[in-house]
Amino acid sequence: MLGIIRQKAFGQSLQRIRPVASSWGGYSSTSKQMMVREALNSALDEEMSADPKVLLMGEEVGEYQGAYKISKGLLEKYGPERVLDTPITEAGFTGIGVGAAFYGLKPIVEFMTFNFSMQAIDHIINSAAKTSYMSAGQISVPIVFRGPNGAAAGVGAQHSQCYASWYASCPGLKVLAPYSSEDARGLLKAAIRDPDPVVFLENELLYGESFPVSAEVLDSSFCLPIGKAKIEREGKDVTITAFSKMVGYALKAAEILAKDGISAEIINLRSIRPLDRPAINASVRKTNRLVTVEEGFPQHGVGAEICASIIEDSFGYLDAPVERITGADVPMPYAANLERMALPQIFMNAARR
Amino acid sequence: MALANFSSSSRSNLLKPLAPVLSFAETLRRPISTSTDPLIIETSVPFTFHNCEPPSRSVETNPQELISFFRGMATMRRMEIAADSLYKAKLIRGFCHLYDGQEAVAVGMEAAITKKDCIITAYRDHCTFLGRGGTLLEVFAELMGRQAGCSRGKGGSMHFYKKEAGFYGGHGIVGAQVPLGCGLAFAQKYSKDETVTFALYGDGAANQGQLFEALNISALWDLPVILVCENNHYGMGTAEWRAAKNPAYYKRGDYVPGLKVDGMDALAVKQACKFAKEHVLRKGPIILEMDTYRYHGHSMSDPGSTYRTRDEISGVRQERDPVERIRKVILAHDLATEKELKDFEKEIRKEVDQAIAQAKESPMPEPYELFTNVHVKGLGTEAFGADRKEVRAVLP
Repeated sequence: MLGIIRQKAFGQSLQRIRPVASSWGGYSSTSKQMMVREALNSALDEEMSADPKVLLMGEEVGEYQGAYKISKGLLEKYGPERVLDTPITEAGFTGIGVGAAFYGLKPIVEFMTFNFSMQAIDHIINSAAKTSYMSAGQISVPIVFRGPNGAAAGVGAQHSQCYASWYASCPGLKVLAPYSSEDARGLLKAAIRDPDPVVFLENELLYGESFPVSAEVLDSSFCLPIGKAKIEREGKDVTITAFSKMVGYALKAAEILAKDGISAEIINLRSIRPLDRPAINASVRKTNRLVTVEEGFPQHGVGAEICASIIEDSFGYLDAPVERITGADVPMPYAANLERMALPQIFMNAARR
Repeated sequence: MALANFSSSSRSNLLKPLAPVLSFAETLRRPISTSTDPLIIETSVPFTFHNCEPPSRSVETNPQELISFFRGMATMRRMEIAADSLYKAKLIRGFCHLYDGQEAVAVGMEAAITKKDCIITAYRDHCTFLGRGGTLLEVFAELMGRQAGCSRGKGGSMHFYKKEAGFYGGHGIVGAQVPLGCGLAFAQKYSKDETVTFALYGDGAANQGQLFEALNISALWDLPVILVCENNHYGMGTAEWRAAKNPAYYKRGDYVPGLKVDGMDALAVKQACKFAKEHVLRKGPIILEMDTYRYHGHSMSDPGSTYRTRDEISGVRQERDPVERIRKVILAHDLATEKELKDFEKEIRKEVDQAIAQAKESPMPEPYELFTNVHVKGLGTEAFGADRKEVRAVLP
């Protein structure tokens, strides 16, 4: 909370720091730029093409081309048996998706936002996550639940919650949160190929951002491992963990800290469950300080889990208490200034502490 | 009960004088018990229908099938009663929802379908599992939480599965199995398997919103799913008229056709399921309401007599018991003698006792099983026990 109060003192300088557009894309003029939206679309397209058991269902995924245009062109290419527009009945269609997965198909169930997944959460947890265990492996559930998670811009309290910690606490689920286009492609392909239920948390504000992608990423067999984090930027003074949109913010923060001579190591978690504890621990053992960043509510959040994990495994290496930067402990307000206050904008202070 | 005999009558007259002379061993070899000559029997009550043409009341069956109905239901009955004793002896823990009284639904349905068709039900699943080909040992061992159980002891009473026989569980959340069943049907249609799914639920679950959501989608997409309401008239302790504004569950599909069936008559159940299977393969979903009854309470912690009278329970047992009904049909058609049927029951009792003894021998799961099957592909990640520093495992 101190971080936010001190924020006010910085005033206008905050505006410059908040990243709006794209383009990390400065390093190589020959590498291709790809928007996250395109990355997701191409991943869906390639996996549907490779395996006839893969199908997509959700609200507006077909004729509307996707509420956020992620599934653009898929209906034309694969037909209405494989790209299914559902009525606005999350509990019903999620249950149907899970049942289809029981039988052996590989459905991808899209939630228009994860806020609506709460209507179907019984099927995600009780029908999907727990079934392999309860049936002693007889029935597997190769399903992917995907959609935008967390805050967008000005959509209010009921449309802005981050569900990473809710789903990540449940054994039997895998929870992924991509940041860049490379992450989006690699992790979505991995999720679709994975024989277990995967919750794939995208971010609406990242859909329009472009990132450079190498030829390897563009290859149709490209896949990222689930459960492995990525060190986005190496450093030696403080470790900052983040996922999804916050990775972008963390990278900007690292730039600013560098000017003050603080070298921050930024870890893009990529996988919330399973969490890449070895990578986080190794980093903290190197830097001796940790700041966790997330958009979601603070209590029982992802940062809380990382903090506990580090204390259990690397207590002796910490030179200072772990700091958490999270969304504010309030439902998301609408007014732009309040919304800004409710989300992490600046966390250099925490790093400096 | 109106009966119509055809080819069997002349043969039975021939054998009748011989029967008392044959020894017990020879009576077991009597050919008539395995005859597959068709027999037409009328259902006890006509079907009530909604938005469809009902099937005929005349059910085609044969002696072999009727004997197998008797054996099947008697086994289920004996199994559930034995489970009651095991629960009271504290060998079964947690929840135990017994199906005795409702056996005709499980047995009649099996007679109309194949193992490629799918069945999914709620937590009152022991007999449905048995009908799908599960063994008594698998049932008792699972109830007692042993390795020989169908879910290796990790599921319990409410989570029996047999995927290779098309049985998808075994679900504890009321109503959740209905959308899952519609999903199975979706996958069957997608795979062009020409098979169907029966999604069973109770009168208590019939008011669930997700049921109507799944029904809407099934009707829109023409899924080959049959929603079967096993109406035993009480959702736990709440009578149907206290829970549903309209307890005519077969009509609640509105635009979806429905059929109300005497669920205590295995032949009526068979006829309805056969009709339903043909219907959904061509015309999309249908609802079957099975008018049935459970003798036990909702579960073992419910005496079952606080919300209904003992007279009602014994009345149903007298008038409509499914096992007795088939016994009467068999005896009336002279397909077996009363002694032979009693001998079957004795045999079944022994089978059940043997299975229980075997199940008691089966060990409890090994400690490492705590961490198996969390995922299909564990990716080598760590999982923790209650004391994280003491109990850790790597998921394969």
